[in-house]
Amino acid sequence: MTIIREKMVQWDPVDIKAKLIAKYPPKVARKRAKQILINEALENETPEITANVRTIPGIITMRGCTYAGCKGVIMGPTRDIVNLVHGPIGCSFYAWLTRRNQTYAGPDDTPDNENFMNYCFSTDMQEQDIIFGGEKKLAAAIQEVYDLIHPKAIGVFATCPVGLIGDDIHTVAAQMKEKLGDCNVFAFSCEGYKGVSQSAGHHIANNQVFRHIVGENDVPKEGKFKINLLGEYNIGGDGFEIDRIFKKCGITNISTFSGNSSYDQFASAHQADLNAVMCHRSINYVADMLETKFGIPWVKVNFIGAHATAKSLRKIAAYFEDQELINRVEEVIAEEMPDIEAAAKDVGTRTAGKTAMLFVGGSRAHHYQELFKEMGMKTISAGYEFAHRDDYEGRQVIPNLKVDADSRNIEEIEVEPDESRYSPRKTPAEIEALAGSGVDLKKYDGMISEMDENTLIIDDLNQHEAEKLVELMKPDIFCAGIKEKYSIMKLGVPMKQLHSYDSGGPYAGFRGAINFYHEIDRLVGSRVFSYLKAPWQKNPELTAAYVWE
Amino acid sequence: MLLRHTPKEVKERNALTVNPAKTCQPIGAMYAALGIHACLPHSHGSQGCCAYHRSTLTRHYKEPISAATSSFTEGASVFGGQANLLQAINNIFNVYEPEVIAVHTTCLSETIGDDLPQIRKKAINEGKIPEGKYVLGASTPSYAGSHVTGFSTMVKSMVEFSEKTGEKNGRVNIIPGWVEPCDMEEIKRMAELTGVKTIMFPDTSGVLNGPMTGEYKMFPDGGTTVAELKSTGDSIGTLALGEWCSAAAARELDKKCKVPCRVLDIPIGLAATDRFVDALRTIAGVSVADELAFERGQLVDMITDMHQYFFKKKVAVAGDPDQVIAMVEFLISIDMCPVYIVTGTPGKKFEKRIRELTDDLDYEVKIKVKGDLFLLHQWIKNEPVDLLICNSYGKYIAKDEDIPLLRWGFPILDRQGHQYFPTVGYKGGLRLLEKILNLLLDRKDRDAEESNFELVL
Ligand code: SF4
Ligand code: SF4
Repeated sequence: MTIIREKMVQWDPVDIKAKLIAKYPPKVARKRAKQILINEALENETPEITANVRTIPGIITMRGCTYAGCKGVIMGPTRDIVNLVHGPIGCSFYAWLTRRNQTYAGPDDTPDNENFMNYCFSTDMQEQDIIFGGEKKLAAAIQEVYDLIHPKAIGVFATCPVGLIGDDIHTVAAQMKEKLGDCNVFAFSCEGYKGVSQSAGHHIANNQVFRHIVGENDVPKEGKFKINLLGEYNIGGDGFEIDRIFKKCGITNISTFSGNSSYDQFASAHQADLNAVMCHRSINYVADMLETKFGIPWVKVNFIGAHATAKSLRKIAAYFEDQELINRVEEVIAEEMPDIEAAAKDVGTRTAGKTAMLFVGGSRAHHYQELFKEMGMKTISAGYEFAHRDDYEGRQVIPNLKVDADSRNIEEIEVEPDESRYSPRKTPAEIEALAGSGVDLKKYDGMISEMDENTLIIDDLNQHEAEKLVELMKPDIFCAGIKEKYSIMKLGVPMKQLHSYDSGGPYAGFRGAINFYHEIDRLVGSRVFSYLKAPWQKNPELTAAYVWE
Repeated sequence: MLLRHTPKEVKERNALTVNPAKTCQPIGAMYAALGIHACLPHSHGSQGCCAYHRSTLTRHYKEPISAATSSFTEGASVFGGQANLLQAINNIFNVYEPEVIAVHTTCLSETIGDDLPQIRKKAINEGKIPEGKYVLGASTPSYAGSHVTGFSTMVKSMVEFSEKTGEKNGRVNIIPGWVEPCDMEEIKRMAELTGVKTIMFPDTSGVLNGPMTGEYKMFPDGGTTVAELKSTGDSIGTLALGEWCSAAAARELDKKCKVPCRVLDIPIGLAATDRFVDALRTIAGVSVADELAFERGQLVDMITDMHQYFFKKKVAVAGDPDQVIAMVEFLISIDMCPVYIVTGTPGKKFEKRIRELTDDLDYEVKIKVKGDLFLLHQWIKNEPVDLLICNSYGKYIAKDEDIPLLRWGFPILDRQGHQYFPTVGYKGGLRLLEKILNLLLDRKDRDAEESNFELVL
């Protein structure tokens, strides 16, 4: 049983780290110790953390599987590709509408109004399929989807048993594509046991989208400043808000990977002149491939936090080196900021000095620190669920990353410059000049460098450590996922789910920032957490029975 | 339209399931295991399944759901998961200190062919299971059955604890089936009122509808204790509620410890509750408590008072076999017309039972076993109904077709109350009727013209 006794004012990170791992068997303790890092200022370098390693069996993890990363996160938000899950029923059932990706398909009677996101398609494999193979059933299911609704594309997702029984889903997909003629069918070998977390699934999804869809549509897209927004999933309408801002600035978003997206957006992505990368972890592969094949550079952005949003817009404008755009962006920022500053000032009177912990995702634990900062709150501990070392320490560590047995089997696709369509948008000299003016392409410094000294950075935080951490450091708010939510709440600590927010949003962009301030203000300031003890528990002394006066 | 691609015309599908009315076995096993006191469910497979099951149960209950996983990697998937499970057992007993680990398999470990009993033996031999602690196992691949069979299999495996000392304990085992924590409470209350001492297993009351007190207990006070599970072998008899969820365990206990059993329907609605109370009465050899008779009278009162609003209203029902059987009987008993009935769980017995219940009705009843919500929606498009009874996924059909929806079953992800207010027993019947009436009368008010909008209904 855990109870929070009193709030710690001063804590010693070394002591806390020791307490987090005290109960583990020695082997587990050794392993976890490497994933728990006390942030200290080192000269010219960031301290090293272990990440993207196996989850320990029996240790209650926050992580999900490769399939969840592939079908759930990356491919789920695209409305007009039928996601057909090849496997027993569960995997597809749980990924059915449980992330809050919003999409706008238009009214029923418009052309291109397809929206399959409210549906759940599965081959519901049975015992005989496991024994005799499921390829026939898969082919038949693809045919039945086609006959029923004539989609332009069908993505097939493999779940754990499929890989083991050796179903060749890629061949089935290719055959069906040929047979159907006007329907692009492709498959994802995203069995849940691959890799060590959702992260492998992101990579697999990136590969296949790139291989089978990107570049398929050469019909020119209009727009003066064309970008793709990579790694934005329109949870709670985040992408809608970012698109609103782009539109206001005169920036054309060709394709979002993959919030509120459609097949055609992906197919046209090669027509953009810049890739703006939000979630580095989940989508940097596509960014790199778009650069190699089509010559489109990428820049790291962050639209979580009003100031981060402004900074990202300025970066995009600077990249295009167009004074009109630069001016327009400044106008938009000037227009949006007063409301935000007013809200931050108001909310800040109640939130300043409060503390937060964030354990989520592969970028959110970093990005959301911006919003807390804007409210005067301090992030005292943070970590990712499935990120790699570069997301913590910055991309400069990539050349030194060891590829272990679990990652080795995740395909790295070789991309060559496209014969006719490769066109570098910037010359090396221009790129250098941009870097000189603060627009670093292909650069991400990671989370650690932006966190204070003596904060605790913990990779793949688990249930036991979360409980201890909250007990010892008592943050004013804890952010993680749905599985963690209620054990933290039971301790009387407000909890905000930051994967799909549970409710509310958008939290991105300018208006989103205001929503977030209010949401956090509600959580850290509410009276509802003051009822935990009944009056008789607070004042247990007895008076004589049945005495009124 | 939310489901804008669902055509009216029904085509036979052989390979494709769309919008399923079932999910996979392990989540049922996990829910059942949470009904053992101080038990940590463990999913033997990759970590994704466990994450999904925990998330879904969490969203349904808004309560912490603790469960561990063997976290298979590719290596484990090829070479077998024994090393992972042994390591997991060791870690779990060290870090979380449960009394029991209830392991269930997944599609993955079953496809590999991991042998749970053998791995458990190894764990015992290697001293990984501390003295007085237990590891339970259930085989639950999802390429067979559904979440319902997973639940049943885990409950059946609990019978492993039972011991026959030869001395009767004077209790009646009640296996409540997959009902909500509050339903389990209500069933216990009814038994207590009748003067029957019971052992209920599994029992999630107090576990998944816990209070907010500023304390977090990974293992809350509720749940059937190991001592109670052992004692089930000495009970006078077993009442198994629901053929699908509870009968297997009851029969196993009969086989193992010669505890006689009766399989009844889940006591949802008037008649099923009557049969349950009657069974309790006969077992205890007492007359039914006045309180229960009074509650029954209240339910009948509501039925007769409001009959005009129920009469001839067409209903579509989707859910799990035990629940749907009881619900259909209840609907018929109040003169509502369950015209479409779908369950995702396979099994011929279901259709047979529903046919028996609906045989002498003067309207057609469509039944699909191993059906899905896509088909149910198509039926509704062809001939609409007045009420849809379904889990939360029904809301997409309800909104598109503008039909009132009674959220009922599993999972309910968008409303509250199911964990606190029972739908079993006479009181539960009242609650169901209240909900149905509210839906129908809200609709009536909404649709009424000003000239016939009425105060008194
Ligand atoms: S693999 Fe099987 S057990 Fe795991 S979620 Fe999918 S259906 Fe369920
Ligand atoms: S079976 Fe595999 S793919 Fe499906 S949920 Fe489990 S781990 Fe993920």
